[in-house]
Amino acid sequence: MSGLITWLRDPNPASRMQSRLGQSYLNWLRLRRNPLAMIGLCITLVLLFAALFAPLLAPHDPITQDLGRRLLPPLTAGNLLGTDDFGRDILSRILYGSRTTLYIVLLVILTAPVAGLIIGTVAGYFGGWTDIALMRLTDIFLAFPKLILALALVAVLGPGIENAVLAIALTAWPPYARVARAETLTVRSSDYIAAVKLQGAGPIRVIWGHIIPMCLPSVIIRVTLDMAGVILTAAGLGFLGLGVQPPLPEWGLMISAGRKYLFEQWWVATMPGLAIFIVSLGFNLLGDGLRDVLDPKSTSK
Amino acid sequence: MTEYSSPLPRSPLLSVLRQIGNTAVTLLVTFIGLLAVTFIISRVVPIDPVTSILGERATNAQIEQTREALGLNDPLWQQFAIYLGDTLTGDLGTSIRTREPVLQEVARRFPATLELATLATVLGVLLGVPAGVIAATKPGSWFDQITRLIGLMGYSMPIFWLGLMGLLLFYGHLGWVGGPGRLDAVYQMSYDFDITPYSGMILLDTALNGRWDMFANAFSHIILPAGLLAYISMAYISRMTRSFMMNELGQEYITTARVKGMPEYRVIWVHALKNVMVPLITVVALSYAYLLEGAVLTETIFAWPGLGSYITDALMVADMPAVLGGTVVVGAAYIGLNMLSDLLYRLVDPRARA
Repeated sequence: MSGLITWLRDPNPASRMQSRLGQSYLNWLRLRRNPLAMIGLCITLVLLFAALFAPLLAPHDPITQDLGRRLLPPLTAGNLLGTDDFGRDILSRILYGSRTTLYIVLLVILTAPVAGLIIGTVAGYFGGWTDIALMRLTDIFLAFPKLILALALVAVLGPGIENAVLAIALTAWPPYARVARAETLTVRSSDYIAAVKLQGAGPIRVIWGHIIPMCLPSVIIRVTLDMAGVILTAAGLGFLGLGVQPPLPEWGLMISAGRKYLFEQWWVATMPGLAIFIVSLGFNLLGDGLRDVLDPKSTSK
Repeated sequence: MTEYSSPLPRSPLLSVLRQIGNTAVTLLVTFIGLLAVTFIISRVVPIDPVTSILGERATNAQIEQTREALGLNDPLWQQFAIYLGDTLTGDLGTSIRTREPVLQEVARRFPATLELATLATVLGVLLGVPAGVIAATKPGSWFDQITRLIGLMGYSMPIFWLGLMGLLLFYGHLGWVGGPGRLDAVYQMSYDFDITPYSGMILLDTALNGRWDMFANAFSHIILPAGLLAYISMAYISRMTRSFMMNELGQEYITTARVKGMPEYRVIWVHALKNVMVPLITVVALSYAYLLEGAVLTETIFAWPGLGSYITDALMVADMPAVLGGTVVVGAAYIGLNMLSDLLYRLVDPRARA
């Protein structure tokens, strides 16, 4: 173990990998000093754990109904967080719901930042009319009210998890394009790009191999900070009945089902909301901490 | 030596006028972009407008006739041009559900949303700006930490759940506030008959009519949704105020003021705050625009008869003209506020005129 740490802290790294890992290790040490960021990291890890092992952790099946045991309060034997109006265990549904949430978040992460990266780097690299056209498009999308646009899109495409993801991704890409373009402009005229071009590389190769990697750190910080927003929007769509369809467990949908019983059986709506709140708080804390560590511009306090 | 690019100083009025011109062009392009998106959305709707008008048992000749009358046989660009013209002259189509013009319905609903968002923004500024200033003067203090945590919690809370929890606690358990809706049922009737609707905003109208009992009731209804929205906007405003203020307090004129022996409260609340106000305008306008939109879910929870609940109600019955009409209006307000904040910023701050 100590050998590994010495290797990581070696001021004269022997390979590119050692240097990179060493840098990450130093960042990790800085992140570890921030208690709020560590709480955020723990929450995120718990979410991942819950999603991976939901079938093992959940005491009951999330979908099977048991009308004899409906609307039981929390701390009932066998139902730690109580049951909902169909007698389903709320804890189990929250655990399985973490899978849905994570699935949506992952799909959005795989689409919106990629689209933004491509549009931003192409606009920044080519400049001129391409830049003007693409950035005008970005500004138009940026000026849209996000939730309303997502609502209208899902209304047209029909409710469902994939359409909800598509709607969220379509409204989430513009900030990534902005970030990527700004980064591209700073590296576009540097010598190493000129050298690659002299070697005969075409625009696709320059952008893919030499510009996009430079944009990744800023984009990753934004992704972490946006994660909470994605979770909240997805929950909002689910709450309005436009996202995941019943009987699948989804946190927003569970809150909307508990709305009818709010004043008498408060736990049905409260528990899934707490789950959303804790998970997005986790992502926000982690993102805040990561930004302080990875982005030298924001650390000047 | 600094090199000056132009020998004569440019007239500030001229440059402001040019800014306004640029902003107007951007505004127009963005708005046309918004309409292009809603147009595309309306053309890919799986619901066939012809069937929804004629019903399932129409003859082919009838269908063809209706298609022609609706302009569905024209080329797409021509249809878009017609849509553009209609929207710009205020024709947002007819609601399928009520058979009334969408614009008329939206106009009736808009004041309720405006009232809610305005009250929330005012509360958010009143709480958020002082909190941000105090946090910036003592970075790292317990006050700073708590403001930051409260802010992050605001960012992480689903607004519809917060609304339900607020209803459960303040209405259900404590009984401190009125429940969903804008008025108690007792007052609703007399509101419809006795009150002259000057603005459509209930607090303003009841006050202007001198009905203070009704004003109090309306206030007890609006304070919870407005307070919750204010919390969300406070989270954003206090965070931005803090960072602007930190930046300002590091400037040299602040040191000069302190060296002169100026009392600290004057340095912070008069000198520094005055300069922070400029970027804050943008922040407040953005959060106002965001609240106009964020009111959608809040209105659903509180049965608030505004634009947001209009759009979601229309969604439930697949009333697409109403959904898209509402989207266009909210979108236009949002774009307008964005541009206005940009313009104000340039007007107030000479450095941004360039």
